[in-house]
Amino acid sequence: MATGLQRHLTTAPPAVGPDARTAAPPAARVRGLVRRFGERAVIDHLDLELAHGEFVALLGASGCGKSTLLRVLAGLDPEVEGEAEVAERRAVAFQAPRLMPWKRVWRNVVLGLPGRADRAVADRALAEVGLGHRADAWPKDLSGGEAQRVSLARALVRRPDLLLLDEPFGALDALTRLKAQHLVIDLWRLHRPAVLFVTHDVDEALLLADRALLMADGGIADEVRVGLPRPREVTDPEFGRLRSRLLGGLGVAVPGAADAGPPAP
Amino acid sequence: MTETSAPVLRPAAARARRRVPAPPRWLRKASGPVLLLALWQLASAAGVLAPDVLPSPWAMAGTFGDLIGDGSLGEAMVSSLRRVALGLAIGGALGLLLALAAGLSRLGEDLVDAPMQMLRTLPWAGMIPLFIIWFGIDEQPKIALVAFAVAFPLYLNVYAGIRNVDTTLVEAARTLGLGRPAMVRHVILPGAAAGTLVGLRYALGSAWLALVFAEQVNAQSGIGYLITHAREVYRTDIVVVALVVYAFLGLGADVLVRLLERTLLSWRPAFSGT
Repeated sequence: MATGLQRHLTTAPPAVGPDARTAAPPAARVRGLVRRFGERAVIDHLDLELAHGEFVALLGASGCGKSTLLRVLAGLDPEVEGEAEVAERRAVAFQAPRLMPWKRVWRNVVLGLPGRADRAVADRALAEVGLGHRADAWPKDLSGGEAQRVSLARALVRRPDLLLLDEPFGALDALTRLKAQHLVIDLWRLHRPAVLFVTHDVDEALLLADRALLMADGGIADEVRVGLPRPREVTDPEFGRLRSRLLGGLGVAVPGAADAGPPAP
Repeated sequence: MTETSAPVLRPAAARARRRVPAPPRWLRKASGPVLLLALWQLASAAGVLAPDVLPSPWAMAGTFGDLIGDGSLGEAMVSSLRRVALGLAIGGALGLLLALAAGLSRLGEDLVDAPMQMLRTLPWAGMIPLFIIWFGIDEQPKIALVAFAVAFPLYLNVYAGIRNVDTTLVEAARTLGLGRPAMVRHVILPGAAAGTLVGLRYALGSAWLALVFAEQVNAQSGIGYLITHAREVYRTDIVVVALVVYAFLGLGADVLVRLLERTLLSWRPAFSGT
């Protein structure tokens, strides 16, 4: 039954200009993907393509299958039908940091890299997330935000072409979360991986992503291109319009949404 | 007319009582056992406790000194410790290897776990006659009994430790590209370390107990021999001293494991063995 072919696309080195980006092969291509749990198809003939270097947010109510999709793309779920091709170099940051508690921070960062554990590589990656001074700490001594940043550093040190983020800031307090969002954008600009960012926070999706996908009934129900220049402001009227549309799609009635007009394609 | 009375403010916590400087905690803790010893000594001196029932602490301290002086206690401890060490090494290695086989592979689990779960229900103390038939009355049955008693607690805890390794961490490691050997080395074995040490602690406890049982059987040396011999000549004091030595050896083993835990598990957030 598990006919999922998880082939690896070979992706070109990080492109810089928009022209080069469109020329590069996609970071992920999914066609007719089906994932059943018993009778229920949580993912039902889903199609998805992530362009090279593109930042895509995946929105959806809890239980809609967005985390399942991310697990498929991460290569953690072979029980699928259909086609899912993903960049060979990919990395994941989960909602929980999932650091090995018995390894010091820097060793966690370089775990799984080929060759001997290289302290200098770890230090550079930690410096990027502002944690150069915590390299020798145990994971238990980190705050929630710090641990999540280590998890990001661990993902980025692999120089991924595809970065999968599964509600990475879901457990953080509002203030820490805001800082983490800025950090993610900075790191994305620096490394230019394609990003699939799973979240249920519409504002977060619109602040970060080039494209926001709405997942419902096992497929992509709606797609919004966020053309706003970064850094974005929630007070921007266009932001508000997109927000109402996505919230509507998530089944949340927004007061004054009628004024925003019908969803534009 | 509603009259709102102004709130009355009080200190949030009752002020700590000024106390006479208390004696240090260790002193208070030590005073219980010391008091017990004093009562015991008094009862012996008053003739309430006959020396052949229970000699006075003072008399036993003397016996202890004599046993050390003539070298018999040292000799006995060496043979007993040797038995425990050998039994622990054999049984420990066996338990550990079987646990690794069962924990790390499905085939190993199917082959090893069921027989181990069956064998562990055998009461090891009841195995003595069988071991005597198999191994005679020399050192072998004693070491075998210790090994048998050690293997199971270690097996069970290491196996459970491996199987209870956090699956979210295993998953994370897979996304980091860890292959099978690296996964075992960096994730599974460290994850099972806590369980292994718990197993070691149980194993050491069983080892001492098995030693006591084994040394009751025709021992020509060791602490058990000291006890058997003393019983024959009605030397209650030697029996009690030997029992106390057993107790302290067991305690020493426990301290050793705790020391191991402190060094090996310093990464644990829940670690409280300070």
